Amino acid sequence: MAIDILSWILIVIGGVFSIISAVGILRLPDIYTRMHAAGMGDTLALGALCVGMMLQAGWTIVTIKLALILLFMFFASPTTTHALARAAIAGGVEPILDEDRREDRRLGDRSNRRENSDNKESENRRNKRGIDRRHNPGESS
Amino acid sequence: MFIAASAAIIVAMALTLIRAMLGPTIYDRILAVNLFGTKALLLIAVMGFLTDRPEFLDIALVYALINFIATIAVMKFFRFAHLGHPHEEDNLGDL
Repeated sequence: MAIDILSWILIVIGGVFSIISAVGILRLPDIYTRMHAAGMGDTLALGALCVGMMLQAGWTIVTIKLALILLFMFFASPTTTHALARAAIAGGVEPILDEDRREDRRLGDRSNRRENSDNKESENRRNKRGIDRRHNPGESS
Repeated sequence: MFIAASAAIIVAMALTLIRAMLGPTIYDRILAVNLFGTKALLLIAVMGFLTDRPEFLDIALVYALINFIATIAVMKFFRFAHLGHPHEEDNLGDL
């Protein structure tokens, strides 16, 4: 009975976290922050749901299969996220930094940031920063 | 309770698909499709429990493997426009 209640709680937590990660991937501003939300869905939602289903299944082959899924995703999800972040950096996607947000706020432009990136001024600023960073790789900007 | 979990996963899949359609860069789309695959894996496993057919877990296991390989392959394809080794020695083949 206690195991039943625990497994229901874990399954509900998994469902809630999968919705939270989907809302995060929809609402967050750029690719790197969206990756954070996706990582939460890959670890917490999958982990809670799999452990909840393992508690429902008991000591059978089903538990071993769920543990195998959990073990594989435990290694595959960080690998995918790392490769995607590297590919995005190599593909020239600049992360939105706090400085950008502060300058946008000072300019009085509170509209969507995706429109701001079309702005010629912020485009120039981003290009300049990219060149600076490439010249001094050890220096954090 | 499995019905509630599968409903939550389906809602999450719908939101993820919206991001995959909106996504400004190709990387957003890849991320959204990867998360969609993870959610599909969870949905298959939960549906297996819901209908009392634990054989679905084999499909979920294979789906996890294919999802990982597909994401890496799509990323490599969009970086190099082919899936083999890079032509130049630019040390980026292990992306």
